[in-house]
Parts: sequence; C-alpha cells; structure tokens
Amino acid sequence: MVIYGVGLLAACFLAGIFLGDLLGALIGVQANVGGVGIAMLLLILYSDALVKRGRLKAPTRQGVIFWSAIYIPVIVAMAAKQNVVAALKGGPAAFTAGALAVVGCLALVPVISRIGGAGEPLPEAGEEDV
Amino acid sequence: MEIMDTLANVLVKNGLITAFAFVGMVVWLSYLVSDKLTAGRIHGSAIAIFVGLVLAWVGGVVTEGTNGLADVTVLSGVGVMGGAMLRDFTIVATAFGVNFDEIRRAGIGAVISLLVGVLGSFAVGAAVAYAFGYTDAVSMTTIGAGAATYIVGPVTGSAIGASSEVVALSIAAGLVKSMMVMIGTPFVAKAIGLDNAKSAMIFGGLMGTTSGVAGGLAATDKRLVPYGAMTATFYTGLGCLLGPSVFYFTVRALVG
Repeated sequence: MVIYGVGLLAACFLAGIFLGDLLGALIGVQANVGGVGIAMLLLILYSDALVKRGRLKAPTRQGVIFWSAIYIPVIVAMAAKQNVVAALKGGPAAFTAGALAVVGCLALVPVISRIGGAGEPLPEAGEEDV
Repeated sequence: MEIMDTLANVLVKNGLITAFAFVGMVVWLSYLVSDKLTAGRIHGSAIAIFVGLVLAWVGGVVTEGTNGLADVTVLSGVGVMGGAMLRDFTIVATAFGVNFDEIRRAGIGAVISLLVGVLGSFAVGAAVAYAFGYTDAVSMTTIGAGAATYIVGPVTGSAIGASSEVVALSIAAGLVKSMMVMIGTPFVAKAIGLDNAKSAMIFGGLMGTTSGVAGGLAATDKRLVPYGAMTATFYTGLGCLLGPSVFYFTVRALVG
C-alpha cells in the first residue's frame, strides 16, 4: 500500500530530526545538527535492507517517490516565501558579504573535489519527471 | 462582488490546496518559457525558482511583510507548502534510491568541505564587515556568521549580544548568499565540475545554505539534490557551534 511508503518516509524523517535535535542539545547549540542528513541516511539504509529482503513492493515505493517528485514545486514555493525585500535592502555590506562568500566557496568546489580522486559523472539524464 | 468574496474565501480556507494549484501553474508556465523561449537551454526549474523569488519580492513590496508571497492573504498556503516541514520532508524523500557507496566515497572530502565552507564564509564575511566600518569584534563575528547562513547569523549575534541592526545585516547577507546560490548554480555547474555525486556533496558542504543548495542543484540536475542536501544539513549546526565560540574568540583576539 502507498501509505506504507509515506509512513516509512515519515518515520525516518521524524527519527532523523529528533536525533539532530538531540545532537544539537548535546553539543550545546540552538540548532538542529544534521537532522535531515541523518533522516536521509536512515531512509537509504532501511529501504536498502527492505529491497534486499524483497519486501519493498511497488506501491510502497510510490509512496516515497511521489514526495521526492514533488520536491521541486516545494522549492519553488520556498523561493516564493523568502524575504527578498530584506535581502535587497541590506545594502552593499550585506550584498558584498553574501556574494563574496558564494564566489569564494564556489571556486573551492573543484579543489576539494580532487581529494581522494574525482567522482564519476552521473549517467546521461533520462526522461524528466518533475 | 459577492462571487469574488466567496472565491477568495474558498482560496483562503483551503490555503495549501490553493498553493498546489498556484505553484503548479507557475511551474507549468516556467517549463513552457524554458522550452519555447530558451529552447531548453535554461532549465525549467531554474526559471520557476527565479520566478518564485521575483514573486516573493512583489509580495514583500505589496504587503510590507517578511514572508514574500505568503503574506498575500489568498496565497498564504504558499508559506505552508514552502515551509521547513514540507521542504525537509521532500528533501529526505529524494534520498530514496541513493547509492550509499557514493556517500562513503565522498567521506573525508565532505567533512573538509564543511569546515572550509563554514570558516571561509566566516572569514570573508568578517573581512567585508571590517571594510564597511563594522570594526568591533561582535559586529564582525555576527556579519561573518550571516555570510555562512541566515540562521547562523542571528543565532550567533544573539549569543554574543549584537545590535539588531547588525543582526538584520547578517540575515540579509545570508539571504543574498542563498539567492545567489539558487540562481547562479546552474550557470557555473560545468565550470566547477558539478556533475557527480561526490562534487555535489562537497558543493553542499561548502555552500551550506540548505535552501540555496536545494534550489541550485534542483535547477542544475535534480539527481544531485540528495547528495548536496545531505552535507548542507550539517552546515548550519556546525556554524551555530563555531560562530559564538571559536570564531568569536579568534576575531576578538585579532581586533581587540
């Protein structure tokens, strides 16, 4: 059933965010540390284990895949609720600080990517299903 | 007029559903523009995200609120749809089917990228603050933290007692960063080798802004999203950890 997939995703999500909050409290910061990342790892490991035992049926997958496909529209909505006016109003100091941080870090992507050998490019994209 | 009132009432009452319809239309139009006007050269999702930002600006100007288009009453559901809960839920879903070996392979590079990303942004932001006349340690630290992300800025600022003007600046710096990453990533992707899982993880660790990374990678190649998002999600926590502590003490030691 589709809800099994949604439920699995929700359980991994909640567990990850919970662990991220605990981790944040543990090291004494007012923030969630890696909650989403931990949730992703849980989903990957758990769904992998289910696949290996042949227990991840097609409808269950659809319950997860739907949410993964709805991701870009959610990001569009996220963009539409940003405080763009404040960003533009911050003036030259805010703009320069943000922009230089972006440019500097972008330039470092290829440098750090070289550590431990280059990655394999993903195969050519198939049909888009946004 | 009564018909309009009834319609507005329906839209407001069913805010999230209204947002689905509205965003669906924006995405559809954006893909149409991508296809017909740019012959597919600029990705439809990149256009859609850009349109989202423009609409957020319009919403901010019209309503004088802080939540962009979500402050327009009939479109308040956009705030729910684009809020942290659904954003993070769908990000986690993108990890489905990701190859765990790819993540392990990036291992040490991803950790380095996080440290370099946080500290590099701190340093650049603090230097810019200094250049613009914010020469006290608290302001430099707060603006530097804002150059990391717009969450690290205010968290750091309130921890070390920055003025609200400086906190506002730090949020603005973080917003500028997140928007530049959203819009700019597809244009520089090729030049910085952003075509594989490993470089996507390092990109996420260096840039750190979850919204920027999520939007930028979605507009580049959506299969890269889970890898970048995975590391980016550790960035803000790390920044909140280092900002008011190591970074603040270092700046104070340097400028007195």
